[in-house]
Amino acid sequence: MFSNFDFDVIRRSLPYLFEQGMTFTLSLTAIATIGGLLLGTLIAMMRLSSSRTLSRLAAGYVNMMRSLPLVLVIFLFYFLMPYVGQWIIRAERPITVGAYSSTIITFTLFEAAYFSEIMRAGIQSIPRGQVQAGYAIGLDYREVMRFVVLPQAFRNMLPVIFTQTIVLFQDTSLVYVLSITDFLGAASKVAQRDGRLTEMYLFAALVYFLICFTASFFVKRLQARISIIR
Amino acid sequence: MNYNWNWRIFWEQTPEGTGSYFSTLMNGLEVTILTALCAWTVAFILGSLVGIARTLPSRLPVMLGNAYIEMFRNIPLLVQLFIWFFVLPELLPRDVGTWVKQMRNGPFVATVIGIGLYMSSRVAAQVTAGINSLPKGQRMAGTAIGLTTTQTYRYILLPLAYRIIFPPLTSEFLNTIKNTAAALTIGLLELTARAHAMQEFSFQVFESFVAATVIYLVLSGAVTFGMRHVEKRLAIPGFNEGK
Repeated sequence: MFSNFDFDVIRRSLPYLFEQGMTFTLSLTAIATIGGLLLGTLIAMMRLSSSRTLSRLAAGYVNMMRSLPLVLVIFLFYFLMPYVGQWIIRAERPITVGAYSSTIITFTLFEAAYFSEIMRAGIQSIPRGQVQAGYAIGLDYREVMRFVVLPQAFRNMLPVIFTQTIVLFQDTSLVYVLSITDFLGAASKVAQRDGRLTEMYLFAALVYFLICFTASFFVKRLQARISIIR
Repeated sequence: MNYNWNWRIFWEQTPEGTGSYFSTLMNGLEVTILTALCAWTVAFILGSLVGIARTLPSRLPVMLGNAYIEMFRNIPLLVQLFIWFFVLPELLPRDVGTWVKQMRNGPFVATVIGIGLYMSSRVAAQVTAGINSLPKGQRMAGTAIGLTTTQTYRYILLPLAYRIIFPPLTSEFLNTIKNTAAALTIGLLELTARAHAMQEFSFQVFESFVAATVIYLVLSGAVTFGMRHVEKRLAIPGFNEGK
């Protein structure tokens, strides 16, 4: 079965796979995690706010994003962003948005919906008494959030946030549909150039597996440590 | 925005001569639903078996079940689809491989297997969680009245566990529907693929993707609405309350 395997094709393409492919995959994961988390926290605060308009707006956004397949959202943003950009800056013609910047924006906006659900659960896990205590000692809403609620919510949700980041890391492979050279994109380009689909896709699977397995192992340990503290 | 809106595009004929754009989108929706249902059947059956195995008293099935989950959960769905579609036929004996490659429904079969196995690891995790959430006394009571392990599962643990995990299973089913969109990469002509093709032929970017978006929203809305009714009937008093 492995007799006519060409392991050398993997060795030859290692620099390309990791320097170009994996670098993009990891930076997209990092940017979308940080951006998604910041935006997601804002959305979660909107959703829990006393203003009904804000809370409905946030809920609508989150529910819509969560009902759509990521592949569709990637296409949607990639094709629509030039027109929306044109409309915003009142340009003469549709602006050019490259595939790279388009995916970064897409993933940040898409993941914000998922992170906002995590942060909402985190904020709700803080007992009301803490918020009331914060107001009682004279803090305003921003200070209560900034110094009392969010730090604790964030810490409680850390394992879930990391798990979501692992999911996000796997989902970045979907940028394949825009022919971007992420890790899978790089593997697939080599595979098609050299006619070595078997070796390259199995190798890609192995690399993804090792990274995700190791990462989720550490998340499990973190979770065990955090659950003892509480 | 100087964009040429043309909402009547849906009633125009496609250049392939296969009917109106609207009917191709509906075909796509059909493929999406059919694929999701088949993949869900695979996921539900395998996921239940693996999930149950992880709660058995002996250690070997637990370890095998854990390995199964880690394996399918830690590889991106797209890579798994590529392996089923591109790699598997190469690894089979030559004649079988050729036969698989020439299969007319190749992308469909690969998607059902790929998404089915991928989702089965998630279903398995839910089934295990459901069984483990039951009070220990349930299992002990079963043993005490002389039931075998099989009987305990069949008559006591599983009926309770499935009713408890019904809500999370609903959302896993919704995920299955969404995941079918990834199969456009191996040539499955489901809804997203049809919207993409429509955009390419007609240049009506907005209309194509807005239509697909609306169809997905309606589909997931309908599933959620239907399941909520079933959920209410299945809820066990005393479990999951206040959630």
